[in-house]
Amino acid sequence: MTADRPAIRLTGLTKSFGGTANAVDGIDLDIAEGEFFSMLGPSGSGKTTVLRLIAGFEQPTAGTVSLLGEDVTDRAPFDRDVNTVFQDYALFPHMSVLDNVAYGLRVRGVPRRQRHAQARQALETVRLGGFGDRKPGQLSGGQRQRVALARATVVRPKVLLLDEPLGALDLKLREQMQVELKELQRELGITFIFVTHDQEEALTLSDRIAVFNEGRIEQLGTPAEIYDRPLSPFVAAFVGTSNIFPDALSRAVLGRVGMHALRPEKVTVGRADAALSTQRTAPGTLAEVIYVGSTSRLIVDLDAGMRIIALEQNDAHRVTEDERGSRVSVGWQDGDIVALEKATAVTTDPATVPATVPATVPAPKHTTDTAR
Amino acid sequence: MAVDTASSGQRIPVPPHRDTLARRGSITLSAHPRLRLTLMLSAPLLWLGLIYIVALAALLITALWTVDSFTGTITRSWTLDNIITVLTGSLYQTVTVRTVGVALLVTLIDILVALPIAFFMAKVASPRWQRILVIAVLMPLWASYLVKAYAWRSVLSQNGIFEWLVAPFGGQSPGYGLPATVITLAYLWLPYVILPIYAGLERVPDSLLEASGDLGGKTWATLCLVVLPMIWPAIIAGSIFSFSLSLGDYITVNIVGGANQMLGNLVYTNVGAANNLPLAAAIALIPIVIIFGYLAVVRRTGALENL
Repeated sequence: MTADRPAIRLTGLTKSFGGTANAVDGIDLDIAEGEFFSMLGPSGSGKTTVLRLIAGFEQPTAGTVSLLGEDVTDRAPFDRDVNTVFQDYALFPHMSVLDNVAYGLRVRGVPRRQRHAQARQALETVRLGGFGDRKPGQLSGGQRQRVALARATVVRPKVLLLDEPLGALDLKLREQMQVELKELQRELGITFIFVTHDQEEALTLSDRIAVFNEGRIEQLGTPAEIYDRPLSPFVAAFVGTSNIFPDALSRAVLGRVGMHALRPEKVTVGRADAALSTQRTAPGTLAEVIYVGSTSRLIVDLDAGMRIIALEQNDAHRVTEDERGSRVSVGWQDGDIVALEKATAVTTDPATVPATVPATVPAPKHTTDTAR
Repeated sequence: MAVDTASSGQRIPVPPHRDTLARRGSITLSAHPRLRLTLMLSAPLLWLGLIYIVALAALLITALWTVDSFTGTITRSWTLDNIITVLTGSLYQTVTVRTVGVALLVTLIDILVALPIAFFMAKVASPRWQRILVIAVLMPLWASYLVKAYAWRSVLSQNGIFEWLVAPFGGQSPGYGLPATVITLAYLWLPYVILPIYAGLERVPDSLLEASGDLGGKTWATLCLVVLPMIWPAIIAGSIFSFSLSLGDYITVNIVGGANQMLGNLVYTNVGAANNLPLAAAIALIPIVIIFGYLAVVRRTGALENL
């Protein structure tokens, strides 16, 4: 990795589609060679637009895109050493799988025999060796996904852009593809830029993550930094689930000034009469118990006037629904409290962001329940 | 759970179903798929069977009769004379070749003109412009066919608009004849070619064009390797319109064609002035056979399977 010649350098990158707010608002970002970089954010946060600006499908309103130290802002997509795996895979339906994979070589003028040999090899690496003669329509979603990967990597791009490539797959397949993506990236040594709204996916795969919100990078860091030390309430709520204490409640419950966050898995819940071993405790009423398999999500109404979520392992002393309404005591360690320095408001669509204070009906499991 | 306890107290009762005749009818229909199918298809099948296929059969039968040259009445005795006359007569051969040539040329011109227009409409124009252009393409269909043909007659006349336009560049109007016929027919059938190609292009996702460019395909490669193969069925659909409509036309060639005749004219004169309905029927079979041949060729390319 060379610090002065990053794989991708974005400077002041801005894109406006004519609305009041910029879709992408002055992004400065360096992505190192060989890095697995994720852009994470809710829909409409500008992450896909940044990807399309890097690919060249969109022209920036201002700012530049550099590829390995070379300014490519004004170059057409076919003139950039960058390839994309599309969200809908964008396989050519009238071509066989082999011709799809060989397409990039064909337009570069590689002779038929040679490009077919290379395409076959690329199909082998994604474990689709015998599928070359089929049409994309005859493949399953996961297989199409692999064809798209083979097609984009067979031309050896400097950077591979992946636009929510696993979004259309079911959970099991997605987890399997995550492993394969990681292996493929290690094998090829290509820089991967991965766009996703699935925070679990970003945490699992990435070397570094940029969390996007309203066209800006809200926080940039390794998965552990993003998860353990979120800087703003937005990041705290979007990446995993957080209990967020606004200033007033921070003073009342935590005895601290400013906004703070606390992960549900760091919260312990016990009977009101039993003493907890944690440094801090607060009394409350158990409002809801949601069973999620290995864990239970407990929702407690604190007497201080705040709803707090706790995640408890389902071991011997499992809390059951019968205990709803009973008085409990909630505890946590001082060290688990995270001060949120940037006071960006949480303004995103509640459907895509795991709610801090969940409604009675829980959101889909894979988006909310990652803090295990 | 909590949802139930919160809302159960204030539920508005849902009234039970009323037992009306319409409801009973719907229940009967939903239980008997064959009855449903019969009711749905009887009207269109009657139309197709009686009016369309029977008419074609009548045409074929008429072609096998002859006309008494003295009284001018139709003699209902079977003979292949008319068919043989049409197949061997040099007049009919010349006119058939001319008609097919005109129809092919019109189709080719229409496809070449329609492709960029349809591409602009489907892939470049903003949604607002897209709507405006669709209306603009359809607008000529609101005007009468005759009016449009006569308009072209005036455009192509001596000292007409066409001549006025090209005269500064040393050009002149083609006058009335086959070129004028081709131009006018190409104009008349253009909407029927643009619309299917436009619809076909609409179905090509933008991401495929982006993917082609992303993989290094320049504009020409994208067009030849991705766009054209995908809209091939739509082009064929459009060509069937322009080809068959041109093949049967006799008014345009009358108005701007000068002394040239097409198959339609021969049918027309044999029905009218010559009063030889069986011969007219035999001539009318020529375009039908050609269209069937065209469809058979097209079918071999596999284009009809994707229509």
